[in-house]
Amino acid sequence: MKQKQMMDALPGTVGEGLAQRGVDRREFLKFCTAMTAMLALPPSMAGVMAEAIAKARRQSVIWLSFQECTGCTESITRSHSPTLETLIFDLISLDYHHTLQAASGAAAEHAREQAMKDNDGKYLLIVDGSIPMGNAGYSCIAGISNYDMLVETAKGAVAIVAVGTCATYGGIPKADPNPTGAVSVSDIVKDKPIINVPGCPPIPVVMTGVLAHFLTFGNIPELDALGRPKSFYGETIHDRCYRRPFYDQGKFAETFDDEAARKGWCLFKLGCKGPVTYNACATTKWNEGTSFPIESGHGCIGCSEPNFWDAGPLYKALSMPVSATGSMLGAAAAAGAAAGVAVTWYNRSTKAQAKATHAKVTVQELTREEK
Amino acid sequence: MNHLDLLTFARGSALNWALIIFVAGTVLRLFEIFGLSRKPDLARPRIDSPGSGWRTMFTRSIPPQGMLKRDPVTYIGGYAFHLGLFLAIFFFAPHIEFFRSISGLSWRALPSALVDASVVAAIVSLIVLLAHRLNNPVKRMLSTFGDYLAWTVTFLPLLTGYMAYHHLFVEYTLMLALHIFSVELLLVLLPFTKLFHTFSVFVSRWYNGDFFGRKGVAS
Repeated sequence: MKQKQMMDALPGTVGEGLAQRGVDRREFLKFCTAMTAMLALPPSMAGVMAEAIAKARRQSVIWLSFQECTGCTESITRSHSPTLETLIFDLISLDYHHTLQAASGAAAEHAREQAMKDNDGKYLLIVDGSIPMGNAGYSCIAGISNYDMLVETAKGAVAIVAVGTCATYGGIPKADPNPTGAVSVSDIVKDKPIINVPGCPPIPVVMTGVLAHFLTFGNIPELDALGRPKSFYGETIHDRCYRRPFYDQGKFAETFDDEAARKGWCLFKLGCKGPVTYNACATTKWNEGTSFPIESGHGCIGCSEPNFWDAGPLYKALSMPVSATGSMLGAAAAAGAAAGVAVTWYNRSTKAQAKATHAKVTVQELTREEK
Repeated sequence: MNHLDLLTFARGSALNWALIIFVAGTVLRLFEIFGLSRKPDLARPRIDSPGSGWRTMFTRSIPPQGMLKRDPVTYIGGYAFHLGLFLAIFFFAPHIEFFRSISGLSWRALPSALVDASVVAAIVSLIVLLAHRLNNPVKRMLSTFGDYLAWTVTFLPLLTGYMAYHHLFVEYTLMLALHIFSVELLLVLLPFTKLFHTFSVFVSRWYNGDFFGRKGVAS
């Protein structure tokens, strides 16, 4: 029997959109249950979330892309729970997004301005990519510099979601020597709540999960010191990694194709940055829960951490020095030896000098001191 | 500067400078010690005791008759601490990776749980030995600032390493950076404090053994 349709949906709400698209309540509750689990909320919140989202007006979203590679958009198009279609057609109103919108040129910019005007103070701003503070010409859209567009669009936003490591912490554009003077969204915007969703790219369900949280509760989720939602970035990859027992037992792959690697032993020695990387890859995984980089045989590169690109070589174990070499130590030993010879020469000459100036005293020459 | 930046600094320039000071300082001190030279002993040895110096290098590690009973804390604590520290430094897998990256040499690691136990033994021993040092009037009288400094800079890497491994109190990335900084402090101070016995202990034992052997004292 066909499930009961979403009933009593108010016009213009998410519920109406779902009803129009033939999404039944059971299916919608399933989605909400998955979302509450991902957001680390109690199971009882699924019903609350369903009700809240169904009654909510479709959230106006403006997505700005600055110095980026479109990997974050590529990632979100692979989101499976909810799918991008669900997200765009049912949950939000994506009013501006370079890659996904049909309009181009002046019409596209008009869409952004219209959305800003119609939803002033209420729209959600999503940003991917870093902002160049050097020459404005490094990156601009319709003749507007990234900086100006961000400042202008952020003014009327209710909150900002910075997706990807470029928008959250500067990412690869900021990597040494940072030729464009790239900075993050939070370096520029100081007066709006900002949710950082780092990753290169971020996990799709993390992006959609953060949006679902905002739609449900109308506020931003609990964040850590780096502005990341704790529910997704609360633990390290290493602590949730299925290869962790091998680390504890001291079983490591030495190369990418040795017997140990084939057995799935720990990749710490091959430079895995899992121990210092906070993300949800090991639990939510990628591509509809298929796997994550470590499961595919490559160590974590720590892409969701600030300045990960300059945090030492990718294939050096965390306990290895970043740049110290044997020849450097050899030079230090040579310098020590040279200084040692100098000190020895000084000590010996002092000794010889003391010997030379030593005046012998005979017993007869000694006089008793009068008390 | 976030925690990862701090860790990168700890593994990068800070470590480079600490290693340079450690290596140069150690070589300098060795030259200084060996370069002092002594007057040749022209007196005939009291008895013929070949190998007295070499024997003393090892016999000094064994408590003399009755001493273990008289001062068990110093002996047992000393053994437990030195063995625990040795295993932690040279047989923890991440540490072996450190040595491999610098020297190209590597060897088999011990299971982390075993290293963990040896670290606990070393930490407990150090605390007991400090308490003993403070409570024993003779030890207290003999102790100088240098002894307490040596204790502190040896204790810190053990404590921070243990806390990092068990994710205690402080976020892991920061704790790992602090652990590396504490090791760097140890490296910088080692050549210039009593901790230099790491390199000089067997040399001085040989010298004492040989010296006393010539004077007719059995080693």
